[in-house]
Amino acid sequence: MADAKEGGGLVFKPMDQFIVKPLFGDGPVGMFTITNVTFWMALSVLCIVALLVLGTRGRAQVPTRIQSIAELAYGFVYKMVEDVTGQDGVKYFPYIMTLFMFIVFSNFLGLLPLSFTTTSHIAVTAVMAMAVFLSITILGFVKHGFGFLSVFWISSAPLVLRPVLALIEVISYFVRPVSHSIRLAGNMMAGHAVIKVFATFAAVVWIAPVSIFAVTAIYALEVLVSFIQAYVFAILTCVYLRDALHPHH
Amino acid sequence: MATEATDAAGKAAESAGMPQLDFSTFPNQIFWLVVTLVVIYLVLSKVALPRIASVLAERQGTITNNIAAAEDLKAEAAEKEQQLQKAMADARAESARVAAEEKAKIQAKIDAAMAKADAEIAAKTAESEARIAEIREGAAIAVKEVAESTANEVVAALGVDVDASAVSAAIASRTKG
Repeated sequence: MADAKEGGGLVFKPMDQFIVKPLFGDGPVGMFTITNVTFWMALSVLCIVALLVLGTRGRAQVPTRIQSIAELAYGFVYKMVEDVTGQDGVKYFPYIMTLFMFIVFSNFLGLLPLSFTTTSHIAVTAVMAMAVFLSITILGFVKHGFGFLSVFWISSAPLVLRPVLALIEVISYFVRPVSHSIRLAGNMMAGHAVIKVFATFAAVVWIAPVSIFAVTAIYALEVLVSFIQAYVFAILTCVYLRDALHPHH
Repeated sequence: MATEATDAAGKAAESAGMPQLDFSTFPNQIFWLVVTLVVIYLVLSKVALPRIASVLAERQGTITNNIAAAEDLKAEAAEKEQQLQKAMADARAESARVAAEEKAKIQAKIDAAMAKADAEIAAKTAESEARIAEIREGAAIAVKEVAESTANEVVAALGVDVDASAVSAAIASRTKG
């Protein structure tokens, strides 16, 4: 690689883990090429199926360990949707559950050594954020017609301030998908890159203990971040959904 | 030539250190992402979520039923307890009554026996008193006789001729006091 900085025999390639490459052969990456993206996404699907379908196969009254994890995940997301959007948001629960499970499993799978983190790519998170943004905007207009625009008109503010606030609200509304997607991708990418940098330092004898300790510590932090970012993505989706369902503040 | 140029652009993006900005891979990622999300959505909405919801609802139902059953049993237990308390109170009252009755009967018997014993004692006392009086009387007569005979003997020994009746009168007058 041309970007590899050769410093004292150390080769830093913290971003190589994010390269999308074909799984078989070495050809160009076309739209339908089976790549490492395909592989790790398929793995997340398998994990979700294993947890939520195979894990609950017994339909036990007294749940097994895996079933109680599945029920915990279900209850966690269900309660989040219900608390944030209210009863009429519950019918969108499967969509939010889909997003949450995909993100949380992609994040956790990305923590395996030598793995590929699909959610560290802006292409992936931007598609999800845009999907959320567009479907929620359309839903808002379908439900309330032009009344949906009252989401920008803050009736509790003094009348003079309302146009200014409306401008700010409109800008912040359109920035939502950007922050929504970059927050997730940025967190995933930064954490993994930092782990890789510290891991490279482990090749130097005198700094190796510090480096290994740092990798361990950052790894623990990343486990937390993986979950929290999935949670943040899901709860922000719920917040946006609430705006679409109840635009009147 | 054009493809070479885009490849070069892709390589340049990679060289800049951000595979995320290599737009040549975007269609691939987006395609597989959409496939993945659709598969997850179908699996969740058709199988997993209804199943978990039914399990949770069933469990909630079981818990509710069990709580209701427990309430029933508790009420029943309270009723039984009350019955027991009542039975205990009744038994206590009955036993108190029987005890009082028995006590009264025994008291009556004791009273009767005491009265009888008192009467017997009184009779015995009276008898004894009569006998003591008799003995006392007998003793007084005997004393008088002994005194008379002794006085007569003494008088005779002294050689004085005295009338026996005078002696007895004198003794009578002396022993009276």
